[in-house]
Amino acid sequence: MDTLHFFIKNQGQILQLTLEHLWLVGISMLLAVAVGLPLGILLTRQRALSKPVIGGANIVQTIPSLALFGFLLPVPWLGERADRLAIAALTLYALLPLIRNTYTGILGVDPGVREAALGMGMTDRQVLLQVELPLAMGVILAGVRVATVITVGVATIAAAVGAGGLGEFIFRGVAMVDNRVILAGAIPAALLALMIDMLLGLLERKLTYQQ
Amino acid sequence: MNEARETAIEFRRVSFRATNVHLLLSDFSLSVRRGETLVLLGRSGSGKTTTLKLINRMLEPSVGEVQVEGRSTLAWDPIRLRRSIGYVIQEAGLFPHFTVERNVGLVPQLERWSPEKVRARVREMLELVGLPPELFLSRYPRELSGGQRQRVGVARALASDPPLLLMDEPFGALDLLTRVEIQREFQALQERLKKTTVFVTHDMREALLLGTRIALLEAGKLVGVFTPDDFLRARDPIVTAYVEAFRTSDGKSNL
Repeated sequence: MDTLHFFIKNQGQILQLTLEHLWLVGISMLLAVAVGLPLGILLTRQRALSKPVIGGANIVQTIPSLALFGFLLPVPWLGERADRLAIAALTLYALLPLIRNTYTGILGVDPGVREAALGMGMTDRQVLLQVELPLAMGVILAGVRVATVITVGVATIAAAVGAGGLGEFIFRGVAMVDNRVILAGAIPAALLALMIDMLLGLLERKLTYQQ
Repeated sequence: MNEARETAIEFRRVSFRATNVHLLLSDFSLSVRRGETLVLLGRSGSGKTTTLKLINRMLEPSVGEVQVEGRSTLAWDPIRLRRSIGYVIQEAGLFPHFTVERNVGLVPQLERWSPEKVRARVREMLELVGLPPELFLSRYPRELSGGQRQRVGVARALASDPPLLLMDEPFGALDLLTRVEIQREFQALQERLKKTTVFVTHDMREALLLGTRIALLEAGKLVGVFTPDDFLRARDPIVTAYVEAFRTSDGKSNL
């Protein structure tokens, strides 16, 4: 009852921080897709690069998120503004599932289908756009979904460097030893993750060719 | 001079080696005459598919030269070359996310035919292979039987009216009854169209039925080229092994 009261009293701020959170996640995901998708495609064309690149993304993934924010702090330009820093860290974090799923999704396309496409005189670009990407779409979107849900969670850490978002409540609540404040950050963040997961799931079903 | 125009495809002492492994094809010479169906017969790993892929430049010879229409495949733009060659592979290689209509109309569409022309052509091709267009145009490959899929594969290969046709064990995955049915249909189709065809199979019965001539391959080497009649009479031990195997596996044969 008490918590609900707190929520209603602070609904303005909850809404504002939720939007901030969404903005951080949205921009980071756009950047991550803009980098990860082409990179994943490139790796299917230059397979020798796949080990170092995926390995590198893997290493980024293993860095504890708070530490990653710390590492980026001294980087010029990035370290100057908290939101820049947060977006850079979140983007790096989201890359691995995107690169890996794009890569494995495209390589998972039936070789017979690829061979038929080439044998009929499709250019590499046509094979990619008309055959490989549509057939790999399910796997790629699954990667987007995982990456987005992870990012919603990790973005709560952004508050530690002053970039805002729902983490504000969480950090404040921990400092104040007040569960109501923690929940004011944690519940919207969890709901956000669930909602995004559902929406992307719908998109996935719509865009994916059903076997 | 006349002879040059009679030859559609020519292998001149071609060897092919895949990244330093053993030779997949060695010192292979063969001409395919215009309008004939040349069957490449051989067991798995004998180099049949390699030979086929050298024609549409899916592979390039390590030594020697493959000529298509009097020009080395290396002198052709690979995209142009492939679009002038119909290609049918086992399991048809249909695009699972395209309808039958889009599958069959693919090469004409890549060649930028007008949509009406593509549509008309697709209908014509489906009728040619015995699939009523109104029933099949909007189906997806998964909604077809194996035999229907193979027919769509043939329709697709013929859609842009290419002068050459390559078929890589196109009917290999079909059940016996469907296979015999579709072989006969294809034979009738060939009698009408007279496309220069290179047809890969390991099935001697199919080779005898469809081939104008049969090129027998063994371990990357050409054993010989035979008409179906010569093949049955040949003294070569590899050929007689085939004929023997065929007779014993097919006891009631009246060959």
